[in-house]
Amino acid sequence: MQTSTSILEAAGIGQRFGALVVLDGVNFTVGAGEAVGVVGPNGAGKTTLLNILAGSLRPTSGTVQFLGADVTKLRSDRRCRLGIARTFQVPRPFGGMTVFENVLVATGRGRAGYERSVEVLELSGLVELANRRADNLGLMHRKRLELARALATDPQVLLLDEIGGGLTDAEAAELVHTIKVVQGRNVAIVWIEHIVHVLMQVIDRLVCFDAGRVIADGEPETVIGDAAVIDAYLGGNRS
Amino acid sequence: MVWANAVLQGVLLGGLYALLACGLALMFGVMRIINLAHGDIAILGAYLIWVAVDHTSMSPFLAALLVLPIMLGLGYLLQIVLLERSLRAGPLVPLLTTFGLAIAIQNILLQVFSPDVQSLGGSAGDITTVSWQINDQVSIPGLGILILAIAVTVLGGLHLFLSHTRLGREMRATAQDPDTAQLVGINARDVYARATAIAVATAALAGLFLAIRSVFDPSSGPTQLIFAFEAVVIGGFSLWGTLLGGIVLGVAQAIGAQIDPNYSLLAGHLVFLAVLASPRGGLLVSRRVQA
Repeated sequence: MQTSTSILEAAGIGQRFGALVVLDGVNFTVGAGEAVGVVGPNGAGKTTLLNILAGSLRPTSGTVQFLGADVTKLRSDRRCRLGIARTFQVPRPFGGMTVFENVLVATGRGRAGYERSVEVLELSGLVELANRRADNLGLMHRKRLELARALATDPQVLLLDEIGGGLTDAEAAELVHTIKVVQGRNVAIVWIEHIVHVLMQVIDRLVCFDAGRVIADGEPETVIGDAAVIDAYLGGNRS
Repeated sequence: MVWANAVLQGVLLGGLYALLACGLALMFGVMRIINLAHGDIAILGAYLIWVAVDHTSMSPFLAALLVLPIMLGLGYLLQIVLLERSLRAGPLVPLLTTFGLAIAIQNILLQVFSPDVQSLGGSAGDITTVSWQINDQVSIPGLGILILAIAVTVLGGLHLFLSHTRLGREMRATAQDPDTAQLVGINARDVYARATAIAVATAALAGLFLAIRSVFDPSSGPTQLIFAFEAVVIGGFSLWGTLLGGIVLGVAQAIGAQIDPNYSLLAGHLVFLAVLASPRGGLLVSRRVQA
């Protein structure tokens, strides 16, 4: 791991909900501009980790560091301003607002905010839908808007939660193209995804979770071939 | 013609109700808080203006210009100190909190100002007496026109604020989904406090006109709350709806009073109940509310 250039670092993260242990001593690091894939069976704690990184959830134990500063107790809006943005698995657009307003509300103030909004809509292929109300969009466009709104905040780390889920291969390919453009601008990416072949096109490193622990972390090809990963994630049936 | 006059007076009265109601609708729309102290806050505003007028014999309108910024600040503090904490405990706790606040305001007003009835009508100048006589039975009071104009201006201003300013967009986004709003960098706490500040200030503005138009005492708040609440419900929980709701309520009361002065309030309540009992009422309860 590139600890010298790591920008987001979660150490010893534990998360309990009552008696239920969702995360247990998780260490997770993201280097500057690095794209990290996260896989694991449902309930492994992937989305919980994302919530903790984004600041929606305060972990029971452990710390989160961003750009060398401890942000464990920082609210999500402050973390967003520092440069951490996330998307939801089920898109959560501001339905009563237009696509453009959805993006605009996430950018900075004034002229620069407008310009950034237009640029982000172009990048996400939503320009023609800019004046459409967000609750009238189909799934593909909702997913794109979810990505566009996160990009509008000008992140240094982009946390993606199954943004490819439910899309056709062609739709997923378009999304991958957009994400690669973002990656090219040196934005670090943490991407939870079940569709592994989509993930493999983008990521530099793959982390596998199972039952609240990291069971593999390294080169994507190596991790995907790891016996424990195959057992946990693919149920041992991979031919 | 007496009926035409009753309708006219009712429409003008509706302006006051809309002014009272818009803050209530805003707080409900943005935070899902039903502020049971809204009427008492309006009366508090009226008393603060009355104090300024009493000490300096300035015009109540000038006094209101001084008091409104104070009420904005009080509203902001109210949210940060009291309502924000209670919001974290679920939807019922803010309701109880504002209920308690209503009782506290009434008793503080009673302690400080005694139960005597006050009015700002005497110090407001010519505006209270100006009217245009159309014929024997119909006359248009200048004060009613002024109040309606102010109500339309406030509602229009709020509409422009919500749809065309950055703060307004942040308020709409937060109203829809506070968690997601925070994740795109919006300080939901601050947005909530601003919404309450605006609501409290508009309540005080309504208090000013209530006090000029009529009389008030420390226990006047709950009645005003009921009128405001009825206007919000009849209007369908939207901002412009409060104008419609206020006017429907005002006209119902004026027509009721024309039949028999005792029927004034009853007629208003009956229209409110009829709206709730209608199919539209069912829609209102289930529908997602917009600011």
